[in-house]
Amino acid sequence: MIKVVFFATLREQLDCSELSISNENLATVGDLKTELANKNEQWQQVFTNSSLLAAVNHDMVNNEALIKSGDEVAFFPPVTGG
Amino acid sequence: MIEYNIVEVSIQTADFSLADEVALLEQNNATDGAVVTFTGRVRNKNEGKEVTSLTLEHYSGMTEKSLAKIISTAKDRWRIGRVKVIHRVGELFIGDQIVFVGVTSKHRQDAFAANEFIMDYLKVQAPFWKKEKTNQGEYWLNAKTSDENKAAKW
Repeated sequence: MIKVVFFATLREQLDCSELSISNENLATVGDLKTELANKNEQWQQVFTNSSLLAAVNHDMVNNEALIKSGDEVAFFPPVTGG
Repeated sequence: MIEYNIVEVSIQTADFSLADEVALLEQNNATDGAVVTFTGRVRNKNEGKEVTSLTLEHYSGMTEKSLAKIISTAKDRWRIGRVKVIHRVGELFIGDQIVFVGVTSKHRQDAFAANEFIMDYLKVQAPFWKKEKTNQGEYWLNAKTSDENKAAKW
């Protein structure tokens, strides 16, 4: 299983802050995005947005990053702190 | 010799005192002649709207990790002594302090450069998000391309 967490505008758009998903058939962050996008139109819109950022176990990664059971994957919009 | 045990990164809801932070950077630190600090505050206007407050959200765990990485990169690039980064989260109002970056070094150039580098990278890599309440409603801020360009210059 993989823990998936969402932040800021993403969390509000999806009305979801976290979920668990089986990593069977999911090798990369890109695979996970495709899987999540299949949920419905709203999720499709969020997960096909090219500005979406991803992190695996607290490190920023790209779509090719590998994922395995026990990982925490986060999706969020470009950051705006400071 | 007194060991200096600074907690380099603090994510907190509470306010901070510039004077106290400077005192900590200077305490038992006879080697560094330069102390450079930056404080970021909540502005009353943004993108033409009157701001009443803003709420800061962050990704606990990743925030600390990403800031530690930025500080470590700064230490590799410049000859700096002590570093402190404070970032507040939660609801903040006009004039409230948001962020503090303090850096010491033997001579000023290293502290100036490292301080700006840390701030520029915090802006584009540390997972914080601002939601503003304004006279025209409440909305999440969009990231600025100018911030990306600034960080890319280092």
